[in-house]
Amino acid sequence: MYPQVLFKNRKPDRIASMEEYRASGGYEALANVLKNFSYKDVRKMMLDANLLGRGGAAFPAGRKVMTVADDAPFPRYLVCNADEMEPGTFKDRVLIHADPHMLIEGMIIEGYSARAEKGIIFIRPEYESAARILDREIEKAKAAGYLGNNILDSGYAFDIVVHRSGGRYICGEVTAQLNALAGKRPNPKQPPPYATEKGLWGQPTVIQNVETLVCIPHIIRNGAEWFRNLALTETGAGTKIFCVSGKVNRPGCYELPMGIRLSDIIETHAGGMRDGSQFKACLPGGASTAFLTAEFYDIEMDFETLKKAGHRLGTGAIMVFDHKTCLVEATLNLTEFFARESCGWCTPCREGFPYLRDLLWRIEHGQGQAEYVSTIKQMCRHLWNAYCAFAPGGVAPIESLLTYFKDEVDAHIREKKCPFK
Amino acid sequence: MLPEALNASLQEKISSAEHPRELVVDVMLELQDHYGYLSDEALEAASILLGLTPLEVEELATFYTFIYREPVGKYVIHVCDSVVCWMDGCESVQDHLCEKLGIKMGETTPDKMFTLLPVCCIGYCDRSPAILINRKVYGPLTPEKLDTILEELRKEAG
Repeated sequence: MYPQVLFKNRKPDRIASMEEYRASGGYEALANVLKNFSYKDVRKMMLDANLLGRGGAAFPAGRKVMTVADDAPFPRYLVCNADEMEPGTFKDRVLIHADPHMLIEGMIIEGYSARAEKGIIFIRPEYESAARILDREIEKAKAAGYLGNNILDSGYAFDIVVHRSGGRYICGEVTAQLNALAGKRPNPKQPPPYATEKGLWGQPTVIQNVETLVCIPHIIRNGAEWFRNLALTETGAGTKIFCVSGKVNRPGCYELPMGIRLSDIIETHAGGMRDGSQFKACLPGGASTAFLTAEFYDIEMDFETLKKAGHRLGTGAIMVFDHKTCLVEATLNLTEFFARESCGWCTPCREGFPYLRDLLWRIEHGQGQAEYVSTIKQMCRHLWNAYCAFAPGGVAPIESLLTYFKDEVDAHIREKKCPFK
Repeated sequence: MLPEALNASLQEKISSAEHPRELVVDVMLELQDHYGYLSDEALEAASILLGLTPLEVEELATFYTFIYREPVGKYVIHVCDSVVCWMDGCESVQDHLCEKLGIKMGETTPDKMFTLLPVCCIGYCDRSPAILINRKVYGPLTPEKLDTILEELRKEAG
């Protein structure tokens, strides 16, 4: 059993109360920070801890907040991204349901390091129960003096509100989320200016993912070195919440050291493959990552190792496919997702995904032609020129299907039917 | 017409917000709860309350998955059809619901009780295949479980 840091108070049937969180050392880091740390000390500690953004992009959390200039205007905002719409990903929901005050404390400390006065939790409508938990627990934190005008008599003022989304994948993208928060159509915007310079309402805004924020109190309490040493690899740091789903016996969220082997996650923690199923491939970090094939079955799951192998850890949402699952049809499903969720603002993305979906549909349904393969490749390359990162992410499964499972695609075209049916 | 009490409570919320426009989704959701869907009248009311043009509200209303611009049933069933639920048989969940309710995806039962809509990954991949009914999650599902859920909802509605 590996150390449980973020899940240490996780219970099968209810959230950890504020009292339980406190009994486990909760809010000690906040008291310590407000008494003994400058905002710059906090920033440096996050950088030293090598805390990388857990929302999928792996941007160093410390460096992000450092881009808020010392003389940047006030008010400043901290946005907690709890939109979590990447298919296969459900860690933020589980984290909020496990220990909501860990997120609240993480936000206050992160707010302090950005010298922000308002925190906003942007949450998807499918997580209404989590939003209600947060509404209620924020009030409790306020009553206990952890939020408000003069937190623990330090003079620091910070408040948190919950912002409910109307539900759309693109709202998870930082610039789109800022538009959504401002009540505008959530199209992405290309930086510069960056959010930390001119974000929400034109003010400096730091946006961090739920899982990134909950790491912060633990880093303050135990130190940057301790955090780095939680990982099994030299390049990794901390634990990672892996969401395992698909053809395994025990789908769920597991807190494991960064750098743990994929095979270990599947076999030891997720209960192994289902009866009669053999591992064929997985998407290691949500729908916007490439298929990881059996040759990578023992790979160490950390941002850097996967990058070196030409892959992405993304959100750490591992969706496992077995040998009986048709990956052409799986990719068709993923492409349908991107076609539906494209915000429609730029032409390559709006037009490209339906086009790709139609080609994949024809191949899956026995109407494929040999030349479709090169057309699909070309179209994927076009989508790299789309306005935001949505489209390059969305074509990752398609491109990797053609790289690793070309035989399967060819068999569909040659036999004029899906070989799995 | 918008009831006075709802109008007053929305107005109060809006006037206490630093940037009224940030409340647009909240306002649309509340009006939708009242009207059953975001009717033209509701859309108009939202635009007046927030000081936006109806077009500005419309481009948001049509953007979001959980804002309904057409009438829906008392229970809106969103069937997740993204990749994990697909792997675990969301197509048979869809087929079963369509057969039981006698409607196609996207339609509402004649008694205005149920609406069936597809939805992208709802973040319950550990409970696949999963559905949302009025934003409450159910899963992992089997045909038997679906039958029980529908029966209970019918009872609840009286």
